[in-house]
Amino acid sequence: MTKQYDAIIIGAGHNGLTCAAYLAKAGKKVVVLEARDTVGGMASTSEFAPGFKVSNGAQYATMLNTQVMRDLGISLEYAAKDLPTVVINPDGNNLRMSGDTVSGNLSDSDKAQFSEFKAHTRKFAKVLSGALKVRPPKVVEGDWHDKINLMKLGLKMRLLGTDDMRDLMRIATINLYDVLNERFDNGQLKAAMSLDGIYGNHLAPRSPNTVLNYLYRRTGDLHGFNDPALVKGGMGKVGEAFAEAAKKAGVEIRTGAKVASINVHAEVASGVTLENGDVIEAKAIVSGADPKTTFQKLVGARNIEAGFVRRIRNFRAKGNVAKLQVALKDLPKFAGVDAKDAGGRLVITGDMDYVERAFNHAKYGEYSEKPVLDINIPSVHDDSLAPAGKHVMTVLVQYAPYELRAGWDENKETFKSIVMDLIETHAPGFKDLVEHSELLTPADLEAEFGVHGGHWHHGELTLNQFLMTRPVPTATQYSTPVDNLYLASAGTHPGGGVSGLCGHNAAKQILRTKGV
Amino acid sequence: MKKYDAIVIGAGHNGLTTAAYLAKSGLDVLVLERNDYIGGATVSRELHPETKYSNCSYVCSLLRPEIVRDLELPKYGLQVVPYGGGVTYQRDGNYYTNYDDHDRQYREIARFSKRDANAYERYTADVLKQTRLIRPFLMRTPPDPTSFKAKDLQELAYLASKFTGLGETGMADALRFWTMSIGDFLDEYFESDIIKAHMAGGGIIGTALGVYSPGTAYVLLHHYMGDVDGSVGAWGFARGGMGAVSNALYQAFMAHGGELKTGAGVDHLIVKNNQTKGVVCENGDEYYADVVVSGLDPKRTFLDIINEEDLPEDVIKKAKNFKIRGSSGKVNIALDGLPTFNGIDPRSVKMKGDFHFIDSLERMERAYDDWKDGTWSKDPFVDLLIPTLVDPTMAPTGKHMMTVFVQYCPPKVNGEEWTDADRDAFGQTVIDQIAQYSPDFKSLIAHAEVRTPRELEKEVGLTEGNIFQGELTFDQLMFNRPFPGYAQYRGPIKGMYMCASGTHPGGGVMAAPGANAAREVLLDLKRKNVVPEGYADD
Repeated sequence: MTKQYDAIIIGAGHNGLTCAAYLAKAGKKVVVLEARDTVGGMASTSEFAPGFKVSNGAQYATMLNTQVMRDLGISLEYAAKDLPTVVINPDGNNLRMSGDTVSGNLSDSDKAQFSEFKAHTRKFAKVLSGALKVRPPKVVEGDWHDKINLMKLGLKMRLLGTDDMRDLMRIATINLYDVLNERFDNGQLKAAMSLDGIYGNHLAPRSPNTVLNYLYRRTGDLHGFNDPALVKGGMGKVGEAFAEAAKKAGVEIRTGAKVASINVHAEVASGVTLENGDVIEAKAIVSGADPKTTFQKLVGARNIEAGFVRRIRNFRAKGNVAKLQVALKDLPKFAGVDAKDAGGRLVITGDMDYVERAFNHAKYGEYSEKPVLDINIPSVHDDSLAPAGKHVMTVLVQYAPYELRAGWDENKETFKSIVMDLIETHAPGFKDLVEHSELLTPADLEAEFGVHGGHWHHGELTLNQFLMTRPVPTATQYSTPVDNLYLASAGTHPGGGVSGLCGHNAAKQILRTKGV
Repeated sequence: MKKYDAIVIGAGHNGLTTAAYLAKSGLDVLVLERNDYIGGATVSRELHPETKYSNCSYVCSLLRPEIVRDLELPKYGLQVVPYGGGVTYQRDGNYYTNYDDHDRQYREIARFSKRDANAYERYTADVLKQTRLIRPFLMRTPPDPTSFKAKDLQELAYLASKFTGLGETGMADALRFWTMSIGDFLDEYFESDIIKAHMAGGGIIGTALGVYSPGTAYVLLHHYMGDVDGSVGAWGFARGGMGAVSNALYQAFMAHGGELKTGAGVDHLIVKNNQTKGVVCENGDEYYADVVVSGLDPKRTFLDIINEEDLPEDVIKKAKNFKIRGSSGKVNIALDGLPTFNGIDPRSVKMKGDFHFIDSLERMERAYDDWKDGTWSKDPFVDLLIPTLVDPTMAPTGKHMMTVFVQYCPPKVNGEEWTDADRDAFGQTVIDQIAQYSPDFKSLIAHAEVRTPRELEKEVGLTEGNIFQGELTFDQLMFNRPFPGYAQYRGPIKGMYMCASGTHPGGGVMAAPGANAAREVLLDLKRKNVVPEGYADD
């Protein structure tokens, strides 16, 4: 029997769509099956109250890869680029970070170090970035392709020069707490900078791996996102743009087509069964779902070897970020934030010890009593998101562990009021402006987007889940122990963030495979 | 005035090892020790009549067997007696016993979880795999990855070959293990809280990290890679206390014609034209040698005993940024009799091993949270031993000595210097925790010595009281230890070397840094190497 498709892509998230588009451009017949009624996955815009729209998954564009965008012919309209980050305080004595400069009540040394540090880490990001856009090399079994990639990486490190190479090898595995303390004095500045190292992960400034995450974020700088950008119409437009590109390349996209299982017999995948009972077959099944969902739910443990089941079980993917979205009658006034910064990224981070204490709770399955907030009012830049004169606010809240011991159902409202109260202390009168508000916990994100643990990156981005260990050894180059089954989600190398690289790398690798 | 071939600063076990090897090669070597006694943190001291405390390091496993054999330390009185047993108490009084006997241990773990008992074998095999990977590197000088010298490239190739020898998956697993937290690692094998708590101790001892901090699995390895008489992972007591190790090294050194002065704290190095010429002592005495080896930690070495103008700026900066946080305390207790522990027969083997009183990873992590907040742990992780049950030479007949290692204890209390009242309160916290499980313990205490990082720094000279002379994190391991570019035991000044735990492979009574440093000195002096090479146990 000839199969109807060359490839089935499970999930129309941006990585799935990217992979689909590359495969179709290479002449493959591809279908994308999406459970939800809309495309884009976590690059999504939703109308959460009449007339109020918000990016309910990813919030900012920070990592979109220029090469992927160019290859797929995607261009996006931005409502705002280069959003400044303002560290807000109730007394209005704020810090403002924009590009490589920081202003506010700071020592000259801190100001100079800030520029220096951004430039310094960007050099390292350049080295890292080369490794992100190719498959993670196999060191022992690798073919010439892997060897060249490894040599390129080695060469790039050498080209940094002795001092920088040594510094990279020293800091790459450790924590931001120590690295920032070596250079900076101002506690608030350090805490706000550390935000780029903890986003979405079960990490705090003192945790090793935060430098890695910081460098990972800095790779976005190389694509024009030194500071975050807001996409006009919300992140859903990104999802739509990727879907358009895929369609243009000839991909068939079916929404409302929820995959119930990946059909595997004797460790060979032949197709998928939809929830409505339809069976679709293809030469290659590419999962854009996270690794845990893919293997634990769709393939099923009984169809895979026990050691691999164990590895997948040990893949750490429990989200820590909640999202608060608020419909507002008017623009709230944050002390010391002028009109030009009102739509910026307003962060409440205290000092690094504040962040660390907020994290302590998460270790024990509790929400932070004094959380870390990243507040944004995108409607300042984008009037399509709210009725005239009104505004929407989104807040990334850390830490809100996926498995709250006391249960989210019972405690969600309490946590929400903690967050609202904290905002109120920085913007008196804020609560009176609220027309509607809702908090999405990682458990809600899981229910909404089907991502295990509601994890932003589909799995912790740490050294033991990075490069040739992401998601797990034996499934690192987008193929898996199940023949014809491939992975293309953020759970694979290089990881989370809306960059398109996982889908891109996966497609390249699948096209190299014989028989597809 | 007399000129020596080499001066070694500090008579800790590493300084003595370097000195012994340099003397063995025929050099005229002088060791200068600030204290009136030798050993540094490898000492036994009689602080209560007829009772000896190993009041810093207290158990032995890491000491490299090739050095023990080569310097004939048993001839000079070193005898390491392995111990087994030990229990980890639960709050409810139930406890887990650590048996040496495989089948008994299986049954014991199964009492808490059948699944954990089955996983234990896989766990041990996996950890031993990592142990086998690391052991050959202990007696080698780390390569400089930025160098193109033949020696470095060769060494890098050796390192790479060891890694690739594991195979693709094995290598990825090694990478995972080396970078993950001990908590996550144990969660992959075990489900029972107490089993995990029992196993996790080695991941945090001496380290300013919590069980859930990435990198602590490596620290566990650091406590797992030693052996007693070839039994890998086993620990033992040096008979007569840890001072027996330094005494044996001292005697080996003397047998090769060495010279040692106590009460001779070094004030600074004499440096001319970027070449070391000798040292000036605190009392004004001067000693001359073209080779000066520092056994002090990197901070003391570069910020204390070398004049700033003699050092390149980057080294001063690196020394200032060197992480050397105190995180441990110690309570040494002389006892009028053997305390009874709830539910344990005093004659049982259970009494002869490590006692732990913390029964979950969460409690361990919370103990670390206290440290982060600047205080000692209110519910600390302690590692308690009664060495006199294995080595009766430490106390008079019928009496006992107890050693209690405590994690965590900060170098300063809420940012302020320790006061005596703080120290006593810390000691009381520990004693109270023990007394919960031993009703007669408090009444048997004849003398207690409470040591916080302050005492450790003051007496032994370890900055901030860090027992490893610097954190064992990746920015300070292998070719990064103590700093990138200076990991081959040579300092920035010609003729100046480093030989102690602040260098590769790090802390613990291992003697490997001392031996490795001696090898590099001999290489520079173009003398025949007398330091044993390689390692062949696997």
